[in-house]
Amino acid sequence: MTGAEAIVKCLKEEKVEYVFGYPGVAICPFYDAILDSGIKTILIRTEQNAAHSASGMARLTGRPGVCAVTSGPGATNLITGIATAFADSIPLVCITGQVNSELIGSDVFQEADITGAVESFVKYSYLVKNVADIPRVMKEAFYIANTGRKGPVLIDVPIDVQQQKIRDFDYPEEVKLRTYKPTVKGNVLQIKKIVHELERAKRPLICAGGGVRLSNAKEELRRLVEEYQIPVVSTMMGIGVMATEHPLYFGMVGNNGFPWANRAMKEADLIMMVGARVADRAVNQPERIMKDTVLIHIDVDPAEIGKNAGATIPIVGDAKNILAELAEYEIDGDYGKWVESLRTYRGEMPVVRHPDPAFVDPAEFIRKLSLKLQDNAIYVADVGQNQIWSCKYHVVRNGRFLTTGGMGTMGYSIPAAVGAKLARPERQVVAVCGDGSFQMSMMELATMQQYRVPVKIIVLKNNYLGMVRQYQHFAYQDRYSVVDLSGSPDLSCIAAAYGMKFMRIENMEGLEDKLDTLLKEDEAYLCECIIDPMDLV
Amino acid sequence: MNKKTFQLLADNSSGVLSRISGLFSRRGYNIESISAGVTADPRYSRITIVASGDDEILDQIEKQVEKLVEVRNIKVLDPKDSVYRELCLIKVEVSEKNRESLISIAGIFRANIVDVGPESLIIELTGNQSKIEAFLGLLSGYTILELARTGLTGLSRGNADVVWLDD
Repeated sequence: MTGAEAIVKCLKEEKVEYVFGYPGVAICPFYDAILDSGIKTILIRTEQNAAHSASGMARLTGRPGVCAVTSGPGATNLITGIATAFADSIPLVCITGQVNSELIGSDVFQEADITGAVESFVKYSYLVKNVADIPRVMKEAFYIANTGRKGPVLIDVPIDVQQQKIRDFDYPEEVKLRTYKPTVKGNVLQIKKIVHELERAKRPLICAGGGVRLSNAKEELRRLVEEYQIPVVSTMMGIGVMATEHPLYFGMVGNNGFPWANRAMKEADLIMMVGARVADRAVNQPERIMKDTVLIHIDVDPAEIGKNAGATIPIVGDAKNILAELAEYEIDGDYGKWVESLRTYRGEMPVVRHPDPAFVDPAEFIRKLSLKLQDNAIYVADVGQNQIWSCKYHVVRNGRFLTTGGMGTMGYSIPAAVGAKLARPERQVVAVCGDGSFQMSMMELATMQQYRVPVKIIVLKNNYLGMVRQYQHFAYQDRYSVVDLSGSPDLSCIAAAYGMKFMRIENMEGLEDKLDTLLKEDEAYLCECIIDPMDLV
Repeated sequence: MNKKTFQLLADNSSGVLSRISGLFSRRGYNIESISAGVTADPRYSRITIVASGDDEILDQIEKQVEKLVEVRNIKVLDPKDSVYRELCLIKVEVSEKNRESLISIAGIFRANIVDVGPESLIIELTGNQSKIEAFLGLLSGYTILELARTGLTGLSRGNADVVWLDD
């Protein structure tokens, strides 16, 4: 067995179904070995998107997504995708080909020091120098990627190591990492302190982040919240953890969030952050919140606790375990009045928009679209104005809401939607992007057609980089610099060129019927919505 | 701005030092000195880092370093309960006239003269940083040709917080 065959065998052991990638000479032994393995390969159209597709898949399966690319430019192109997964704590195993190990360091054709280059964006990386290490390295990589705070792991394998013979292939049953032992179980004393503080609190609030989803703690959160009637808000990465219309859910916080959700954060006397970083976009001035508030911070990563706000009760561990344990206690607290006042705030602070009827109103469009979607549909939002509208107006029931809240990488939605649809072919998947982000990943329409991945793509077209234009509107008094997207292609021609169905929606008239047509069949669709170029989120 | 001395126990494998120093540079932490060497158990190396910053930064340094996969343990060496040492080699320009007085200063500090040339001496001095600073202060009348310092290393007193490497 060769090193490349050993890698493929390890992937089989890890029950990997799909590998996203782009071959080149340095990874050819691997792509040769995978050919008859039963693992499906997806030729993505640029390497960055291999990581995004693997991310979309990982977010649905709960297991690391896998991508494999060649050395040099293949590996460096992957970096933005890896950095995106790192910022969003998505588990990936990225395999890169490398030049012959004897040539490393001599700047030969397509050589790049990829382990050095991705150092700040990976949880860990390996440069495999000995073919016998492959089973151990692969086992460790999958383990590290998907435990503790999840994230990408990169394995760089020189072509000669892929070709060498491995004598005894033995996939380790368990990992032996002397120095890596993430804390999973929450400290009992700290949990008791939380119970005590909850009993003293009059206005408690849970702020759910992406960590709730990553630890698969959605049910545990819902049970805790319903049992004690504690209101919940979420960060962008936490959207979908609670159903949008759950009576105890009050939407997204932050500088793009809802005013009543932010007011709840301001007025709460106890905030329980669960799997959330308290990062700048979510909590504008953490020190202001802190003054009279009991801050409980639950996170699997001890370094996140206290990084942006000092917690009164820090608790390190897996959100699923800690929330389940909390629900075991009898908490004597009555927050009915507080929940009522939050509902009043929401009623008093309506979000008023004045859409121009000549265009599609993105807010109403997204709301209507999400109500037409199947109960468990997967909605992938890109980055920009489309993302903020999606966060605010998409109604999640039992489905998923995927976006990159941490890195904010434009072009994420289409490749991530491809990964999500391949992972869950029975579910509806829509990717919503702007005309800027669409053009960053337009090449993936070919991938969708090649592998018959029926994702619905919605392009909110305003001929601008809308989010930057909006920023320049406020910060630079309408001096628009390099945000005009003139020159963009006619999307109906693009759809025709890729052999994909197309629909253009120019205003809100007859929207229901159009959405019905769009969603009727499980087939790929490119849908262009013309929105007001001057609209603001 | 405070200063703390961290002691790490890390895997003795290639790339560990670059991961640690890379972490400091990309997160903008100040590193004053770093020294590393293998422990009694060759699977591990002990690394001593002196870092400065405000309390939140020093707390983040401890947590972020601990997160590195190869780092088994990190602890802060409390000055009250620890022994710190640094080794310093100093090459000083000397003449017939001032050689004797330099040797006597070195004697007071229990420094060793490890090399003698017609125009220079190499002095080896071990001690905590204030002793080294004090000695260097006394050399102001001399010309220091070259100076090499190892950076601080240290151990905590007693065996209360020893990490047993039995696995």
